[in-house]
Amino acid sequence: MFLRTALLVLRKDFAIEIKSYEIFATTLFFAVGCVLVFAFALVKEGQAPPDSAAAILWIALLFAGTLALGRTFERERYGETIRALLLAPAPRPAIYVGKLLGILCLLGLTEVLLVPLIALLFAAPLLARLTLLLPLLVCGTVGFAAVGTLFAAMLMRARTRDVMLPILLYPMTIPVIIAGVRGTSALLASPPDEPTAIMWLTILLCFDVVFVTLSLWTFEPLMTE
Amino acid sequence: MDFDSVRLTDVSRHFGRRRALSKLSLTLNAGDIVGLLGPNGAGKSTLIGVLATLVAASGGEVRYGQFTARERGAELRQRIGLLAHELHLYAELTARQNLAFFAALYGLDHNPDHPESSHSATGAALERAGLADRADDQVLGFSRGMRQRLGLERALLHHPRLVLLDEPFTGLDDRSVGMVSARLRALAAGGAIVLVATHDLDLADGLVTRVALMREGRLLSDEPAASGLRARYRSVVGSGA
Amino acid sequence: MKKMFIPLAVLTAAMFAYAPVAIANAPYESTMLLIQKIFYFHVPAWMAMYAGIAVCGIASGIYLFKGRPAADRLAVAAAELIVLFGAIGLVTGPLWGRKAWGVWWQWDARLTMALLLELVFIAYLLVRAYGGPGSDKLAAAVGIFGMAVSPFVYVSVNIWRTVHPLNTVVPTLKAGMFGPFWFCAMAFLLLFTLLLTLRMNLAEEQAMLDDLYLADEE
Repeated sequence: MFLRTALLVLRKDFAIEIKSYEIFATTLFFAVGCVLVFAFALVKEGQAPPDSAAAILWIALLFAGTLALGRTFERERYGETIRALLLAPAPRPAIYVGKLLGILCLLGLTEVLLVPLIALLFAAPLLARLTLLLPLLVCGTVGFAAVGTLFAAMLMRARTRDVMLPILLYPMTIPVIIAGVRGTSALLASPPDEPTAIMWLTILLCFDVVFVTLSLWTFEPLMTE
Repeated sequence: MDFDSVRLTDVSRHFGRRRALSKLSLTLNAGDIVGLLGPNGAGKSTLIGVLATLVAASGGEVRYGQFTARERGAELRQRIGLLAHELHLYAELTARQNLAFFAALYGLDHNPDHPESSHSATGAALERAGLADRADDQVLGFSRGMRQRLGLERALLHHPRLVLLDEPFTGLDDRSVGMVSARLRALAAGGAIVLVATHDLDLADGLVTRVALMREGRLLSDEPAASGLRARYRSVVGSGA
Repeated sequence: MKKMFIPLAVLTAAMFAYAPVAIANAPYESTMLLIQKIFYFHVPAWMAMYAGIAVCGIASGIYLFKGRPAADRLAVAAAELIVLFGAIGLVTGPLWGRKAWGVWWQWDARLTMALLLELVFIAYLLVRAYGGPGSDKLAAAVGIFGMAVSPFVYVSVNIWRTVHPLNTVVPTLKAGMFGPFWFCAMAFLLLFTLLLTLRMNLAEEQAMLDDLYLADEE
């Protein structure tokens, strides 16, 4: 019942999204825009400062992710369909999981675009290091999305939700940023510093476990008025 | 699990300094169509929220049969249907997709009690809503009345025991009102507990079997329906103060 | 809690009155001399801040899952004190750093960690103020998550900084320093408890006022 409900919510969000691709297209291009802003700000005489590729990747994800989170829950506010979801005869955290999976898919697709783009613009051998970069990206995205989905859901009824989400989310997810950027940087070093990357990966994994659990636990009390 | 009555005992709910519900006690029985009447701000929507397990009460208790929502949350929700002002429909999806989603959510394709496939449940619901020819159009383009009819069918899709309706007649033309009223009577006759919050006293007059009058979070009166509802309302609730 | 207020206030005042004496009498640290003595207030401020984080996190958890209003009042009081004592630490830290190493801020692990947690709990207060209806539960979630993120902040910031190790913040303590240090630590923790009590009393009275308003409408 739990998994079924989560997958139904995911499928429903897909069904809505494929009608217009609105959130998908705009999030993608926002992320690209972010990367370009950083490029123009940082590149001097054709060279970006060392390690900037790693930083830009994660920052672009952070900003794009924050916007995407706000907008996926905006969909549930119209027509108050979140109430209908909460009325479903399934454990309420299943709704959280469904939404989380949706955000992960969206951010995953954004990463598929961003990684090659950044590798190209900043001459960073990201694609050569995929075996460790991929788990790093996955775990980092899960950590960010886990906390983000919960906060976006709970802020749905607040009037100041647009600005409150980053205010709450950014300090809370700094450990993810640190781990992601430093781990990616380690992989971009020559030769790639794999033990360091694996260490940061472990930290991200622990973060994911703790915060997904905490979110599942607190979702229902937070969503009941 | 099932139940044939819902009992509220001293239910209170406040938001900061505003008291939305004040020690409200009420029993709803199967077969009743209860009209929840009162001026704006009386607490009708909050009461419906509490009954739907979406709003937690700050005091008092709600029992569905013998169980409280805390004990049996998910199973309980299988037996509750809600139509609120906002209608709970996804604007970007078609009518059919909306109903199919909620049918799957309520397990209508897996439910042993109602061995209809969700496909036929959806089709039947579309027929009843009079929207069979618009089934594959986006809800975004529907009029208020069409959305209201679709929303009602969505709420009733899973044959709930407790039917909660907040202003179900808004935007409906005369024929639709008649159809919806007949539908509610049939539901009650089939053993459902129907609670209708409405401002339309004339409509309520012929339809409801019991009347619950509220003002400022308090239940002023809970009585069997008799003729002359408007006069009764005015005398109990007051007409402007 | 109310009964303990006066004796607690007297004791705390006395300890803070004596503290400068104790600090002045403590031996000088070898490299930093007089400047190092800011440490007697700086570190206890952190200790009060972390005590606050633990209190806020646990109280928030109790409020979110059990709904006890007293837990919510405790969480707010603790959050305000986290921001207060955190601010003390974040001001004394750079003051020390400026004199000791010549720079106001060098991303020292402990200061950075405190800055992050300070931001989290400022966010707690912002949610309470601007979160709209139900903001007490939203803030409770921030409190719980804030407490949960503390170990991760500690680990990640520490590793982040020790790749390029710089001078450690806390020098090794000489024998004569333990006394004044623990004295000041006690004083700060007592001050924390005192302010917590005061703030909780205030919150309780506001709640009583709200209850009277509510009762009045019946």
